[in-house]
Amino acid sequence: MSENTIKNPENLVYEKTSVMTDRVLHYCPGCGHGTAHRMLAEVIDELGIQGDTIGVAPVGCSVLAYYYFDVDMQEAAHGRAPAVATGIKRVLPEKYVFTYQGDGDLAAIGTAETIHACNRGENILVVFINNGIYGMTGGQMAPTTLEGMKSSTSPRGRDVKTMGNPLKITELLAQLPGTYFVTRQSVHTPANVRKTKKALKKALEYQKLDKGTCFVEVVANCPSGWKMTPVQSNKWMEENMFPYYPLGDIKVPEK
Amino acid sequence: MARKGDVVINIEKCKGCEVCLAACPNEVLALSKEVNSKGYHFAMKVNSECIGCANCAIVCPDAVITVYREKRNN
Repeated sequence: MSENTIKNPENLVYEKTSVMTDRVLHYCPGCGHGTAHRMLAEVIDELGIQGDTIGVAPVGCSVLAYYYFDVDMQEAAHGRAPAVATGIKRVLPEKYVFTYQGDGDLAAIGTAETIHACNRGENILVVFINNGIYGMTGGQMAPTTLEGMKSSTSPRGRDVKTMGNPLKITELLAQLPGTYFVTRQSVHTPANVRKTKKALKKALEYQKLDKGTCFVEVVANCPSGWKMTPVQSNKWMEENMFPYYPLGDIKVPEK
Repeated sequence: MARKGDVVINIEKCKGCEVCLAACPNEVLALSKEVNSKGYHFAMKVNSECIGCANCAIVCPDAVITVYREKRNN
């Protein structure tokens, strides 16, 4: 079979989903945000809920997320996405509501909103991108920065005595009775991307059951903030982030 | 024998991050010597070993890769 005949629509196995717009993503080369966006968009596409989904964009690198999802989107003040999503979900309970937040947004400025939304068991999906750094503002130390990890505000590495310990907010939220499904995934290899997609799909399906907050953490790389190439940063993430932030389901619904 | 596949890369949107190169099982992709209008070396197909597994497209952060694979029993 010649190459020209392979490239015809009936042989198509993968293309960008139409739930993502054609805009060029503003993220740095190799950033995990793009893949996480696409997985969420694909899940919305597969469940056929494009018209019934409302997203809440955060402040941080993904502040422009509303340009890339072809669904209704609302921008929230820094860290307040779960509070905004609470309001949206309560007014429009039949809609699917998700927030998409980074670690500076969710685990630092928005800790109170995050914990209380999860504790109230608001029926929303929270997607949490954890790259251990404030990417947009220039690589400052975040609550999730690892011990000894260098950032622009911890140039000698994070010292836990003076700067505190890296915050495992996902484990913390799993303790709350309001959360229904809590998991940690990543998007650096094809297998992990597929697992992330499955987790997001489950989370949106659970939202229909009205059982509580679903929380999906995605451990991601930040090549610019970590000062590495994308491939190096993925390797560094495997070697350093995963031992502290182990992948897998943390809280699964009882059968 | 593995089924043949093919990829189409939107070179204008590619940022040359090389994540797809690392994900390809058959080393089909490589970075070009030329650059696109944004100055990035873009990914391109360099041989015909593609099996259409779509690994490159799944890990591509910028969704620039479209994958085709021939049907079984063709």
